[in-house]
Amino acid sequence: MSAEGDNAKSMSIIVTKGTLDWAYPPFILATTAAAMDVKVTMFFTFYGLQLLKKNLDHLQISTLGNPAMEMPMMGMHMTMPNIMSAIPGVDAMCSTMMKNLIKKKGVASIPELREAAIESDVEMIGCQMTLDLFELDSKDLIDNITLGGAATYMENALKSDINLYI
Amino acid sequence: MTTTLDTKGMNCPLPILKAKKAIKGLDDGETLQVLSTDPGSVKDFEAFCRSTGNSLLESSEADGVFTYMIKKGA
Repeated sequence: MSAEGDNAKSMSIIVTKGTLDWAYPPFILATTAAAMDVKVTMFFTFYGLQLLKKNLDHLQISTLGNPAMEMPMMGMHMTMPNIMSAIPGVDAMCSTMMKNLIKKKGVASIPELREAAIESDVEMIGCQMTLDLFELDSKDLIDNITLGGAATYMENALKSDINLYI
Repeated sequence: MTTTLDTKGMNCPLPILKAKKAIKGLDDGETLQVLSTDPGSVKDFEAFCRSTGNSLLESSEADGVFTYMIKKGA
């Protein structure tokens, strides 16, 4: 168990985004909190539910609407004009670049962080409504989760010391 | 007894996650030596030890490698 005793602090995170870059903040905070003896609950809803799929190879970044994304390239920084994102293959190419950068800089991969979260008993709840809405199959999701709704999340949030929405 | 954990080349939050795992396997009073190349790990190991009731006995840097000595328990 990551949390021990009655004095253990707790945190809940609502995970709403399903892109490669936005997958990081919730998983980094969840795993680090668990390492610091915090009991963590993550609630995956809407696009965030993508992060619970068994296979995470489909996670991508998008250059669209993100003028702050500066990719280091050949000794400079490159930003992508929005129109580039409309060209087929550009998001995939940028995602590959990002994955290479992640590896090169010794940053954990998302599957690696999710595995660490599971190992440290982070509780993961998938949103049943999102599953129904997008006609996703729970068989495509990892096994170590429960499915629930807003009330399931709220019960956790009400007794948590920290509640984050990412 | 001191165990050494090499996290050189790893970035946040991996050094902390690996250290936590290693500390779990120790008995109270045993020490863990952590090697890291992540400059952010200096503040992070201080915060980690303060929050988890472990003692940071030593924190030093040489040639870009940060070394931490962590004693399990207070």
